[in-house]
Amino acid sequence: MQRLRAALADGHVIAKRNVIKIIRVPEILMFVLVSPIMFVLLFAFVFGGSIQIPGGSYKEFLMGGIFAQTVIFGATFTGAGLAEDMQKGIINRFRSLPMSQSAVVFGRTASDVIYNVASLVIMVLTGLIVGWRIHNGIFSAALAFALLLLFAYAFSWIMALVGLSVPSVEVINNASFMVIFPLTFIANTFVPSDNLPEPLKTFAEWNPVSSLTQAVRELFGNIPVGTPEPTAWPLQNPVFYTLVWIAIILIVFVPLAVRRYGRAAAKT
Amino acid sequence: MKRAREACEPASPVLQRSDVRPQKAPCSVAALLASPRKRGDGKGDDVTRPIIRLDLFVTAGQQTSASPISCSAVFLKEAFTMAAVIEARGLVKHYGDVVALDGFDLTVEKGTVVGLLGPNGAGKTTVVSILTTLLVPDAGTATVDGLDVFTESHEVRSRIGLSGQYAAVDEHLTGFENLDMIGRLYHLGKTPARKRSRELLEQFDLVESGDRPVKTYSGGMRRRLDLAGALVARPPILFLDEPTTGLDPRSRIQLWKVIRNLVTQGTTLLLTTQYLEEADQLADDIIVIDHGREIAHGSSDHLKTQVGGERIAVTVGAGIDIAVAATFLRPHTKEDIHIDERTHALSAPITGGATTLTAVIRSFDTADIEIRDIGIRRPTLDDVFLALTGHTSEYAKSDTTSEREPH
Repeated sequence: MQRLRAALADGHVIAKRNVIKIIRVPEILMFVLVSPIMFVLLFAFVFGGSIQIPGGSYKEFLMGGIFAQTVIFGATFTGAGLAEDMQKGIINRFRSLPMSQSAVVFGRTASDVIYNVASLVIMVLTGLIVGWRIHNGIFSAALAFALLLLFAYAFSWIMALVGLSVPSVEVINNASFMVIFPLTFIANTFVPSDNLPEPLKTFAEWNPVSSLTQAVRELFGNIPVGTPEPTAWPLQNPVFYTLVWIAIILIVFVPLAVRRYGRAAAKT
Repeated sequence: MKRAREACEPASPVLQRSDVRPQKAPCSVAALLASPRKRGDGKGDDVTRPIIRLDLFVTAGQQTSASPISCSAVFLKEAFTMAAVIEARGLVKHYGDVVALDGFDLTVEKGTVVGLLGPNGAGKTTVVSILTTLLVPDAGTATVDGLDVFTESHEVRSRIGLSGQYAAVDEHLTGFENLDMIGRLYHLGKTPARKRSRELLEQFDLVESGDRPVKTYSGGMRRRLDLAGALVARPPILFLDEPTTGLDPRSRIQLWKVIRNLVTQGTTLLLTTQYLEEADQLADDIIVIDHGREIAHGSSDHLKTQVGGERIAVTVGAGIDIAVAATFLRPHTKEDIHIDERTHALSAPITGGATTLTAVIRSFDTADIEIRDIGIRRPTLDDVFLALTGHTSEYAKSDTTSEREPH
């Protein structure tokens, strides 16, 4: 019990340190905020004219996908932040202190929630400007945001492991894009997955990014009346399926990342 | 061992510490030795440790001019190998094909300073990384304060402070925030951590810049802050890995002063350096390390006598025939005279110190040989390094060799 309290206290100290950096280096936050705006505008106006959503508008369809994609991209910052820490002398200091060995990773994933909250706020505003609306009330919308943040938090642990395993910060962007692009594009994020060729279609249907997108669309009320019920089970129960994935990711990747941190020698 | 024997000699500097007071009557030594060793129950329990008591006791004996019983305690201590605060045996570490450590032993006794002296890539940082729990060796054992570095690493960490080769400070935090963060991670508590941070900023002359982000600091300021970080929890054992590498002379001297202060307060220190002068200045005991092995061990004086005694060095005026000058130096030395025609300098091993110096000056004066400069030179640690390894230290060679040691 006391160990857990110490671990939480240490994680809090590390998170506070990371937050100070977010405030003192506003360029990073700027980048985090500008890229989702760019994505919303690009997809809404470039693809918006060509992709037909039966009974609804592409902009309404798009936003769920963009939300999911953005929080997953946000996880890259967790990986980059840890990779940067590992490269600098500060990690030797942390590792020579009688602190909880999981605190550096826990503190990092916790402080990066700020990036996700900030980018969600910006995306909501941009979405409202281009014509996206919340139709199912505040409660459902709150659930949708909670689900997005939970998934983002879980996913940041995957990127934490990646960040602790790569040799330098420069590698992290390429390494994470190799995971993130297939995951966010072979899904129902930007186009309906029904039209995909067979193996990709199955992947898309069982892809947790699809279920997250589907869940968010349902909770915001962005699925037009008369849209046929999805045939795949994950998309019929998107909230539950997404929660199961969140649990699996955390159970697998939290211990892996913490162990990896303990072993990784500082690469200064 | 050596130090324990020296403890009976009156002039041993280690035992002249004014802040160490005898706390126990001599008769209780045996009882203390018999009592089981207490460990792992937090800070401040030093007084319950028999080893520490022995140290105090020895000091008491010393101050009352070495009674027989205190000397027997010294030898008891000698038998009691755990008196070492830092102890490593047979450390081996490979990085792929590169051998960083090749069977390295180390003993640092309480309150002493041991300097690890060696060129880049000798294995100094690897030793420090292993002892500070950052690295697990391929073979060997290591204890710090009696605790196993590998199995009791968490307990070890609460007793040590580390200041590394690369200033381990966060650029985006202010000096104060850095120290405060470290204090919190040592679990000092909120108010004590803040108080200690301000105290250290003052001690390290960083008050004015304490609330500025570290990225505005100079190299010397960062090093000072990093050293302050190692001292936040007042650890009894300190590891400094090349604390002054890359600093300008003024900052280096400033840092030496701080380190010396710490040592007079009783801190046990393991210091690595590639500066021969630094080891000379700070360490009681110097271990010369090269290719992961100890190649020499002893006090600075001891190492210097290993390569020979004093030499006389004379520089004569430009118009003087140096061969003639050499004939006048000849009667004063039994060995070869080294002649450097380019700088008009002569040097030769001598005995007799100042008397010989005076005699040489007199005979040169009689022969009307102009002396530009003359003096007795004791061998530097650079000479030691050259004699031991066949090459000078990396420092003397400056940047002609590549860095081998992985960090």
